[in-house]
Amino acid sequence: MTLLQIRQRSGYLFLGVMLGHILLISAQVNSRSGVPVLEAVTFGIFSEIQRGVSTAVSGTLRVWNGYVGLRHLKVENEELKRRLAAAEMAAQEQRAQADRARGLQQLLDLRDRANLQTAAAEIIGAAATPDFRTVTIDKGTRDGLRPDMAVIAPAGVVGRIVVPSARAAKVQLLIDRNAAAGAIVERSRAQGVIVGGGDERLRMEYVSEVFDVVVGDLVMTSGIDGIYPKGFAIGRVETVEKSGSAYKRITVKPAVDFSALENVLVVVTPTAAREASEGSSE
Amino acid sequence: MKAARVVLAVALALALQTTLARFVARGTIAVDLVLVVVVYVALTSGPATGLLTGTFAGLVQDALSSSVIGIGGLAKTIVGFLAGILGTQFIVAQSVPRFVVFFGATVVHAVVFMGLYVLLDLRHFGVPYAAVTGQAVGNAVVGVVAFQVVELLPGAVERRRSQRTRLRR
Repeated sequence: MTLLQIRQRSGYLFLGVMLGHILLISAQVNSRSGVPVLEAVTFGIFSEIQRGVSTAVSGTLRVWNGYVGLRHLKVENEELKRRLAAAEMAAQEQRAQADRARGLQQLLDLRDRANLQTAAAEIIGAAATPDFRTVTIDKGTRDGLRPDMAVIAPAGVVGRIVVPSARAAKVQLLIDRNAAAGAIVERSRAQGVIVGGGDERLRMEYVSEVFDVVVGDLVMTSGIDGIYPKGFAIGRVETVEKSGSAYKRITVKPAVDFSALENVLVVVTPTAAREASEGSSE
Repeated sequence: MKAARVVLAVALALALQTTLARFVARGTIAVDLVLVVVVYVALTSGPATGLLTGTFAGLVQDALSSSVIGIGGLAKTIVGFLAGILGTQFIVAQSVPRFVVFFGATVVHAVVFMGLYVLLDLRHFGVPYAAVTGQAVGNAVVGVVAFQVVELLPGAVERRRSQRTRLRR
């Protein structure tokens, strides 16, 4: 037998004897609580084992429940997402309806204020090419619409009808290159012609150098073109420059946001100039 | 045979211990003869025999002293085991090393024995340094003497026999 084996055997023997002594002592001695030490130690050790087993079991159950809960949560999450999307859709619809109602209310106010016979129309389409700034409305000749009838919005002048069909009409916006309207600066009463530039800005031409026009002045329809009724807002002066000739070069920012138009009013009442021209042609 | 000798030595030590105690004031003496036997056996026979001797001697001593059975046994088991290891690891053949081993064994025994009693709140020993030191010195002296006696006894016996033989001639 090698020395190592002897030592190992002695070590095991020592541990065994020590354990025996401890058990023997524990069986005889009571702890401070009156319970025998052996019982107290045994219970203490076993309670720790119980605690460990309980912890392991409860941990496993917690993990399992968490996994199951996660799966349930995933389904619930998807359902909630679906409901949220539906609710957002509904909210958007309601918001759109509210905006629409507000727009219609403004149109009604405008009609009452303008004391003109008008027909409300909804924009249903835009121009086929970007070179022409036109929109299509859902009213046509069947509703009494004719060419060159003015189209207005609560914020100001929109344009004129250029091509009416039975149930729809094409409206040339004021910002179209070929659009023009008689205009007057509200403050100084300087007159000129508003011309579309094809972009989001208007030009006011034929305004004499002698007139006082400054940035911020309100430009309105003058009514002399026979299309647009007098006194409707076109926009505000954005820049004023000397062009070198006898006229000023004026840029006007439209009062109407053409990209956000939804509903418009078509002025059915003929202007005095149009009545005169129609009478002369008959 | 070895076991029988160990049992006999322990019994003799116990008999001497209990006999001598009657003649000492307060019933105690500054020597634990049983512990001396345990250390002696451990040094001469190794840790396994040492711890078994300690177990046996300690349990008997506990049983006779009407204390908690096992505390003395545990203390003497530890002492026997450690002394056996020392005996196998180092050469403990001179008086001084033996003295140190006996002294240390007594201290370890006292620490374990008293420590267990205090730990279990069974008994308090006050400040036992002087008593433990005295017992350690006493045990060491008795142990060294015992070693000398056991080692010198066979030679002395042999010499005496040869002297007798010469005188008869």
